[in-house]
Amino acid sequence: MPEDLSLDAVSVLLVWTAVAVYALAFIAYAVDLARRSDLALKAKDAAPATVAAPAPALVGAGAPTIREIRAAEAEAELALNARPAERPRLLWARIGTTLTWLGFLLHVAATVLRGIAAERVPWSNMYEFAMTGTVLVVAVYLVVLFRYDLRFLGTFITGLVVVLLGGAATSFYVVVVPLADPLKSVWLVIHVFVASLASAFLALAFALSVVQLMQARREARAIARVGAEADGAASVSRGRDGARFLRTLPSADSLESLAYRFAIIGFIFWTFTLIAGAIWANDAWGRYWGFDTKEVWTFVIWVLYAGYIHARATRGWRGNRSAWLSIVGFSAVLFNFIIVNQFFKGLHAYSGLS
Amino acid sequence: MSRPSSDHADPSAPLRPGDHSDAPGDGAADGDRAIVQPQLGVVGWLRWGWRQLTSMRTALVLLLLLAIAAIPGSIVPQRGADPNGVTQWRADNPDLYPVLDALQMFDVYTSVWFSAIYILLFVSLIGCVIPRTKHHWQALKSRPPRTPARLSRLADHRSVGVRLAGDEDAAAAASAAIDDAQRQLRKSGYRVERYDTGGAASVSAERGYLRETGNLVFHGALVGVLLSVGIGGGMTYTGQTVIVEGDTFVNSLGLGYTSFNPGRFVDTDQMPPYSLTLDRFDVSYGEFTGEPGHGMAGDFRAHLTVAEPDRDPREGEVRVNHPYEIEGDRIYLMGNGYAPTITVRNAAGDVVFSEDVPFLPQDNNMTSQGVVKVADGMPEQLGLVGFFYPTAATLASGAIGSAYGNLNNPLVTFWVYQGDLGIDDGTPRSVYTLDPTGMEQIAGGDSGLSSLELEPGQTVDLPNGLGTVTFEDGRAAGAEEAVKRYVSLSIHRDVGAPFVLVFAILATLGLLAGLFVPRRRLWVKATLTDGALRLEYAGLARGEDPAIAQAVADLARGHLAALDRDEVELPPEAERPRRPRPARAQAPDVN
Ligand code: HEM
Repeated sequence: MPEDLSLDAVSVLLVWTAVAVYALAFIAYAVDLARRSDLALKAKDAAPATVAAPAPALVGAGAPTIREIRAAEAEAELALNARPAERPRLLWARIGTTLTWLGFLLHVAATVLRGIAAERVPWSNMYEFAMTGTVLVVAVYLVVLFRYDLRFLGTFITGLVVVLLGGAATSFYVVVVPLADPLKSVWLVIHVFVASLASAFLALAFALSVVQLMQARREARAIARVGAEADGAASVSRGRDGARFLRTLPSADSLESLAYRFAIIGFIFWTFTLIAGAIWANDAWGRYWGFDTKEVWTFVIWVLYAGYIHARATRGWRGNRSAWLSIVGFSAVLFNFIIVNQFFKGLHAYSGLS
Repeated sequence: MSRPSSDHADPSAPLRPGDHSDAPGDGAADGDRAIVQPQLGVVGWLRWGWRQLTSMRTALVLLLLLAIAAIPGSIVPQRGADPNGVTQWRADNPDLYPVLDALQMFDVYTSVWFSAIYILLFVSLIGCVIPRTKHHWQALKSRPPRTPARLSRLADHRSVGVRLAGDEDAAAAASAAIDDAQRQLRKSGYRVERYDTGGAASVSAERGYLRETGNLVFHGALVGVLLSVGIGGGMTYTGQTVIVEGDTFVNSLGLGYTSFNPGRFVDTDQMPPYSLTLDRFDVSYGEFTGEPGHGMAGDFRAHLTVAEPDRDPREGEVRVNHPYEIEGDRIYLMGNGYAPTITVRNAAGDVVFSEDVPFLPQDNNMTSQGVVKVADGMPEQLGLVGFFYPTAATLASGAIGSAYGNLNNPLVTFWVYQGDLGIDDGTPRSVYTLDPTGMEQIAGGDSGLSSLELEPGQTVDLPNGLGTVTFEDGRAAGAEEAVKRYVSLSIHRDVGAPFVLVFAILATLGLLAGLFVPRRRLWVKATLTDGALRLEYAGLARGEDPAIAQAVADLARGHLAALDRDEVELPPEAERPRRPRPARAQAPDVN
């Protein structure tokens, strides 16, 4: 076979095609969010007909009443849990999901080809970690879509994958080289794969926590205004409470419990990663724990998420503060992958970059 | 001494610190209340302090502190993991070094501040877990709580009317319906209890005690991990040794080890008596194509003969990722290199030095450095600093380098120093380095004479008629290769590791149960009305339980199907309105 048509070259081509398709999916999802704002407005216009009309003086442009907020929340909650066939027909979200599936198939093909080209699992250096890790992020997202309608996270997921996968293909790409001896272990297969899987769940939790914070802010503002109006305050700000599409999303509270559900799954996998890593280290380096930089960061992330789980159970920390911990936790995951792998000195010198 | 957070009347509810989010109260945490409480002397203060320490908030803050405190150790080199890095750091930052050193930044994980955080955390943990365990033990023996008077107040509630036949005994029908429900619930793993009162029969069911058990096992196992690490560490030793092909290592302090670090409780006289002979070291090299990664060495394999008293010698093999286990010791392959056999003769032709000299690899192509020290038999002591190139090639710069890791064109070069080696005053000196201070260079470098260059089998003269140096060709002695190889092995005994693993697995199992087993209560109640039974199904989640609504729906469906009676419309209950599902948004309830 000619050099420039090697399996790996085809794989790279597929990676870039996948990135392009994901980018289109991102655009479709973004259009969806923009159109949801319109939907939210239309729904509001239609609302007074169905909901007992509140005193007209209290209804300002862009200022929904509590009753409307509640109704919208209940509807969003239903939509979140609806079966795929019963979901609201959001054309652009559908286009986004279809494109995401297409990108995913290309992405999987690219990853599998890379594995075949390298004659081993395709997660042995930074480029491959990124490739497999993002495949798992998309896979988890697509699978979860069967259970929850999380298409409002579509921009986040596809955006993240475009950045990580495109970035990795640009800056982390390395040709296939034989595996260094220490990497020849079943634990490479298990430990790294589970770590990527954990990261995928933690990414979803992160996204939900971000939306939760936005939603909580919007709710707080809406409530503050309704409270002020109820007190008869004359001049109440009529400004927007937050991005309009938020009105079509579940309440901060149900976003939080959803984020928590993904976070604990991620946490379990991360715990497993930690233990598998220690077992591997014990075989490869003669000690199960040595506070190597990568071990330190794996531990830090684990403790941060243990903190998050505690925060969820601690009065005064549930809600926004715990959401921040989830955000910090996932930032540490990204930092561990991108920065620690490249710039921190340690035994885990497997980025494949020099 | 954390107090039960839920009402005392409910002994099956898990015990939680006062500031747990499930604890009753209007948002003012117990901790805050405790602060303004008048204190009753020393005991009161102690009690208050203990309660603070074992609160959720303290645990949380300590956890976050632990995460932050661990970070510096990944930025600044640590003495334990990377002593050379610390030396280098000191040389690079002479001004900052004393400051960071005073802050124990080079020993983060044994520092006072790091230890303080995790010790406090574990004291808090133990103080939290013990009362909870006691309480849970009792809860395991208690019965599910009384059926609430108004099930309709619960968020997950369903009420259905079923018709009775005209002549039916209503009370008996109600009781029978509840019997059915009781059976059904028990079958799905619930603990059940009947609570029949005048006009109503009901069953109260609870499941998910395993959730709290898992939580306690998890926290307890963390203590186990810590203890195993701490105690096991004291009984652990690690040692390093170097074996050249054909040589034998004897597991005894003073004989075989080049370095040895015993834990506090290790008895070094009781080391298992075995010996290891390195028969052969194998390594394979990728094809030499000049592309990235090609020519890479791999598949390192040390073939050993293992001998123990009272046993036949047997073969053993050590590979990367595959340590050899013997008598509870694990033997790791840490490195390898070439050990050229060098013979030095004096002017009279007497052999004054003849050894396999391990050379330390300096790069991927195995350019290696080694030292020969001739202490006796020469007019003055002699030191030879050598480079070994398995595949010698002249680089573009004109210097010699190694182009490949395998023995394609082996070459040794030496610089020669004459004078005092500094080994007679008892100062320990590394066998791999030579300190030339006070010595005169007589070949190579600035000496004016070129360095000695030898291929296997060659002998060259030392300057000034001092004698000769020979690079022996192993093949002459029947070996397969011209130059011998050596391995550096690391020998470990870690008594704690298996315990750490067991506790870690326990912790994971506990975690799975603690996070994913739903804990919930279900009730089924049958109330008599005119010519019909009102059947009520209700559920209450204790802690995170996304599937509670589903559970109530399933219960109702299963029970009604088994009952097989016609449903009827019932007049609404007197007590209304029902609260909507508690959307816990902070919105004021304007319904
Ligand atoms: C090394 C320190 C600790 C770690 C790593 C840790 C970690 C965790 C994790 C992962 C969970 C969720 C798993 C489960 O529910 O089984 C949890 C739950 C819990 N922890 Fe800890 N913990 C620590 C210390 C403590 C301390 C000191 C306390 C007491 C103040 C405590 C009290 C609790 C409680 C009450 C829960 C249940 C939370 C709930 O109701 O959802 N933990 N902890």
